[in-house]
Amino acid sequence: MAWWVVFALLIINKAGGLIYNRTFAPGLQKLDSNDYLILAGTFHGIHAISRSINPAPLAERLPGNRKPPTTGIESLESSHFRLTCFQAPTGVKFLLVTSPEQPNTDVVVRRCYELYGDFVMKNPFYSMEMPIRVEKFDRALGGYLVRP
Amino acid sequence: MATKAARIGEEVWKSRVDKINAEVVTLTYGTIVAQLCRDLTVPNTINKTDYNAVNKELDRMGYNMGLRLIEDFLAKTGTGQCSNFRETAEMISKVGFKVFINITPNVSNWSKDSDSFHLVFEENPLADFVELPDDGRAQDELWYSNILCGVIRGAMEMVQMQIEARFVSDVLRGDDTTEMRVTLIRIIEDEMPPDDE
Repeated sequence: MAWWVVFALLIINKAGGLIYNRTFAPGLQKLDSNDYLILAGTFHGIHAISRSINPAPLAERLPGNRKPPTTGIESLESSHFRLTCFQAPTGVKFLLVTSPEQPNTDVVVRRCYELYGDFVMKNPFYSMEMPIRVEKFDRALGGYLVRP
Repeated sequence: MATKAARIGEEVWKSRVDKINAEVVTLTYGTIVAQLCRDLTVPNTINKTDYNAVNKELDRMGYNMGLRLIEDFLAKTGTGQCSNFRETAEMISKVGFKVFINITPNVSNWSKDSDSFHLVFEENPLADFVELPDDGRAQDELWYSNILCGVIRGAMEMVQMQIEARFVSDVLRGDDTTEMRVTLIRIIEDEMPPDDE
């Protein structure tokens, strides 16, 4: 059986603040919470740069149309992990850290966004842009991402 | 484009959203508006409703809903940024309204420079069974479904579009149609942070 697995999920709000981080596999090397914040902030900056600096020729733009969107970094790979980034049009970013063998990470990360839309945004007592402490969201994510 | 939006709306509504009895929505919303009308009175009177305040409060409640609902909308429909405001209008009508309350208001009355349009509501589930109070003022002052304006404003703001939405006519007031005017004020582009030096 292949060793493919989701290691961690980070959610970064549109201002670059880390609002959620959680690991899903046992025995992972730990980061302290400060390192997570730095990681989130750094990635946010690099992502913003990758959105605006772009070697590809400018797409033609019809009068009255908006500037076509650029996604920025979508994935980063190394020999031991892959980081998949999905930024929603509202600016919130989902960072999914998986083993490099994990297939369909783009589908997985979008599903995480759906769960966020359901369990976080629809919770009337969640204050926007703040760290996510919502048990139902934890449970739904666990049910989806933790392998039995 | 219009047909693409209609297809997405139809598909998502059919297969991806939970539905509840429409009357629950109608009655719940009715209760909220009626309660606001009782609570928000003109200063120094006991039961003279301040309908302007009610309109404002409904809009504010909708705005807070829109800020949150947009994430669900984007996640469920899988749509990205619209390339122009006409496309946005189609999305609001054929996907947004379809998915959340199963109606598709008509988009019409475009302004010359395509920055404002009307949504014409042929049906409005919020207003079923409703008759405005006949105190001689509600008919002229209350926009019963004003929460919808707020929802659109909040949702648009989260996707970098500042808009203004307001009702211009309502069958509840005795008008022939129920229409909302939506105007694009500006697109909030990513702004460079001010120079550090």
